[in-house]
Amino acid sequence: MTLLSIILLPMLGALLPFATERFGRTLCAYSAALGPLCALGILIGSAAGVFSGQVEYASFSWLPSLGLNLSLRLDGLGLMFALLIVGIGLLVILYARYYLSERDSLSKLYALLQLFMMAMLGIVLSNNLLLLIVFWEITSLVSFLLIGYWSGQTDARKGARMALAVTGAGGLCLLAGALLIERVVGSFELGAIFAAADTIKADPSYPVILVLVLLGAFTKSAQFPFQFWLPHAMSAPTPVSAYLHSATMVKAGVFLLARMYPALAGTDGWFYIVTFTGMATLLFGAYNALFKHDLKGLLAYSTISHLGLITMLLGFSTELAVVAAIFHIINHATFKASLFMAAGIIDHETGTRDMRKINGMWKYMPHTALLAMVAALAMAGVPLLNGFLSKEMFFSEALHIESMGMFSWVFPVMATLAGVFSVAYSVRFIHDVFFNGEPIDLPKYPPHEPPRYMIVPVEILVALCLLVGILPNFTVAPFLEAASLAVLGENKPDYHIAIWHGFNLPLMMSIVATIGGVIMYTQRSGLFAFYERKFRHDEKIVFESRVQLSVRIAQLFTDFVQNNSLQRYMALLIGAAVVAIACSLYPMSQFQGTLGVSEIEPVSLLAAIILIVGALGTVLLHHNRFAALLLMSVVGLVVSLIFVRYSAPDLALTQISVEVVTIVLLILALYFLPQMTPNESGAKRVGRDIALAAAAGIGMGLITFAMITRPYETLSEFYVANSVSGGGGANIVNVILVDFRGFDTFGEITVLAVAAVGIYAMLNGLHLPLPQADGEGRVWDKQPHPPILAVMARILLPLALMVSVYIFLRGHNAPGGGFIAGLVTSVALILQYVASGTGWMQERLKWKYRRVAVSGVLIAAITGVGSWFFGYPFLTSTFSHIHWPIVGDFELASAMAFDTGVYITVVGATMLILAHLGKLAQTSHSPRPATSKVYKNTEVTRGED
Amino acid sequence: MEILVAVVIAVLTSCGVYLLLRGRTFPIILGLTLLTYAVNIFIFVSGRLNPGKSTIIGVGEGYTDPLPQALVLTAIVISFAMTAFVMVLALRARAELGNDHVDGRIKVEDVKS
Repeated sequence: MTLLSIILLPMLGALLPFATERFGRTLCAYSAALGPLCALGILIGSAAGVFSGQVEYASFSWLPSLGLNLSLRLDGLGLMFALLIVGIGLLVILYARYYLSERDSLSKLYALLQLFMMAMLGIVLSNNLLLLIVFWEITSLVSFLLIGYWSGQTDARKGARMALAVTGAGGLCLLAGALLIERVVGSFELGAIFAAADTIKADPSYPVILVLVLLGAFTKSAQFPFQFWLPHAMSAPTPVSAYLHSATMVKAGVFLLARMYPALAGTDGWFYIVTFTGMATLLFGAYNALFKHDLKGLLAYSTISHLGLITMLLGFSTELAVVAAIFHIINHATFKASLFMAAGIIDHETGTRDMRKINGMWKYMPHTALLAMVAALAMAGVPLLNGFLSKEMFFSEALHIESMGMFSWVFPVMATLAGVFSVAYSVRFIHDVFFNGEPIDLPKYPPHEPPRYMIVPVEILVALCLLVGILPNFTVAPFLEAASLAVLGENKPDYHIAIWHGFNLPLMMSIVATIGGVIMYTQRSGLFAFYERKFRHDEKIVFESRVQLSVRIAQLFTDFVQNNSLQRYMALLIGAAVVAIACSLYPMSQFQGTLGVSEIEPVSLLAAIILIVGALGTVLLHHNRFAALLLMSVVGLVVSLIFVRYSAPDLALTQISVEVVTIVLLILALYFLPQMTPNESGAKRVGRDIALAAAAGIGMGLITFAMITRPYETLSEFYVANSVSGGGGANIVNVILVDFRGFDTFGEITVLAVAAVGIYAMLNGLHLPLPQADGEGRVWDKQPHPPILAVMARILLPLALMVSVYIFLRGHNAPGGGFIAGLVTSVALILQYVASGTGWMQERLKWKYRRVAVSGVLIAAITGVGSWFFGYPFLTSTFSHIHWPIVGDFELASAMAFDTGVYITVVGATMLILAHLGKLAQTSHSPRPATSKVYKNTEVTRGED
Repeated sequence: MEILVAVVIAVLTSCGVYLLLRGRTFPIILGLTLLTYAVNIFIFVSGRLNPGKSTIIGVGEGYTDPLPQALVLTAIVISFAMTAFVMVLALRARAELGNDHVDGRIKVEDVKS
């Protein structure tokens, strides 16, 4: 729990500042510091245990199915990093209080900083690789927000985007690497991964894993060639640069290298990739740092160079090199954070960061100058400062690498060269800023010392540089020891940190670097001219142009797929479905299954021919809409015959009554639409559509044939056996509908009612142009309701209703039921509408059909709920037989009430749809005579051209 | 007979898909209806072809699979609701847009010259 609270406490700090900012900025800073202070206390409390070699664990199950657990560990490496993160975080909170101007929101900065702190602590304390990646991604996101803190500035926005793109892409690589590791090891837990180190290294996928994980680390730690985002991240406020982009976040990459060192290091691949990437970064960063006129630019490239140094050390893969790497992580964090803060102070007091303008600051701010100079000397690696110690170790290790055979001299030479540059830019930082004559047109003049407390964090960090540099064994040694133990385990070497090793080769290299660096600085004018002359590309422009290019490619693709034409979408959709199904059917060796094929009967053949003629006719004649509709109704009738032939009387009854209702509906709707479909598809499109249609049809045919010639297993035995005993009905289909699967049916009638209500809503207030003539120009008859039809219909009504009641009542035991009865009733009523007109019906039948539909659903629901009162689940049915005089034995089932609900819903919904559509014709007719000539048959005439 | 059923489903699907790919609402609704027939028959015959059987207890010799029948019965009613909904949607679209093209506008390049 304590481990978890270390991570969660900064979250408290992320929320508190919002509440306290209105009471003043100082209180806001205090409240922000509260959480980290507590976390710091806990960490210091745990330090003793960790120093003695213990590792604290805590684990909470989070998403066990994914192998993602909230699994934490506090070992030496984690402790060292956690202390850096919380410690420097606290100093940054104090510093930011004075750095940020009154215009900027302090609480927003604090919230983001602490969110970052939480995520960073999560990275270093994770005991689960997947969890580590979750926190890793959070740091990338928060870094994006922090770089773009001044979101009004273009540079800030673009820098933020670049950083997110690079580190985000690296994060994805890392995730892929982690998934591969999980496949090899079977777990994301670090303990299991370390234990399986040999398995991982022996696995054929090891090179891929290594490259992916390293890509994650290198992008985060700004290693060459991914270094370009870091200088552009300097658009962030300086506290952010000091904290994220020098002390902590960019260290996440090297932390990952150290963390995965036990699992992945020790191979040639690791040695060559990591060492040479580190070396390239070291030299590239050091070289470029010298030529940056921007104070923060110099520091950014110097950071890149030092990160390269750490990476290179980890690449060396010797035990002492790892110790040196960890040591340098601490040292770099302290001196670089203090230098960034000093640079921020100078920026704050002079209004510029251009070293060509800022000169002679010694006179104006001696206190800051002294601190910055000490930190810069630590950066240069001058004795008695912490930077010297780890640099000596680096030189010494560079001398001991022999795996390159006769080319091993490369490492010490390159290390010394980088040392020369590093001294040169440190000297430049000191000389240009604090001496070198007088300042040149500063935006703020004269500069003076910053507020007292703004300088305190710098003092603390510089004091640490000195303490570690002079008394390493009393300060940093236990941390280093514990961290090395965590990385190297039992291989941890015996080493001794000392300021004085005697006159040896590393010391000579240091002296050469120092003298060389000073000489190089004195020769700077020539070098600067050389640097300026050389072709240099601006990474931001290159990056932005690549971004634009990818946007354009995406746009082209989008324009192709999404051209706002539903017709195109439909074709793509069907095409994709055809391809997908074809691919999955391809491996099938034989379409016909084991079942035999029965002989074709002549009558069935005739029916099939009628159906095919009807379907093809519908397509061929589809420009003449009415004819196509009539042909289609033939298809519907044959379909109901198919149901009859294959023992499905219920389906046949349903199909034939739905068919009637559908055709009436479509005829009614067609009245409002153009009678002809214009012939507007070109030959190419027709060809494409025929190909698609044929492919879809052949596919469906083959699937059908393959399916019905294979044996199958079904649950129908259960329904056959339990229909009478469990549902009290002999008609199995009906019993399934109203009893076994009653809940499905309940859903179905709800959908039906919802569709009907939706239609009602759409028809509400709808005005459509009314054609005065049919498709061929014949004027509609003045007498819309012929008396013969009206009279016949009225006679038929009671008969039809009686039939529907009969079908309903017998439905449980014989073909019939609520659905069919409802449809028959609807057909009978619709006939009255057709024969006598909407007005006539409205006078006699004053129901509101939407209420009817909804009350049907309600009855079904109440029936279902009713079983609760008897302690049974929703929709449990019961039945009993009663004896009626005359009628005889009659069965009464609760399912019958449910079926009544179905019946009423079907009637209500169908009538709601049709009656309102019919009414539309009626109401549109009378008040608006021939005024709608705007629309009149325009589309028809186009079709006839 | 199995071959015949497969051919019927194939023809219905092809005709349905072809009409679905048209540009005007009415042919599309016709296509949708044809496709509905195809799908309903497909689900129905997943219980295999059983002429002369029964779904009523105590009637006939042997029973056919009642489950696909129950599924198709509700499917028929639901597809009616869907057809009606789409039809009215098409009417509304015509009222709002002034034409009955699915894209809401008649593109010049589509019109055969």
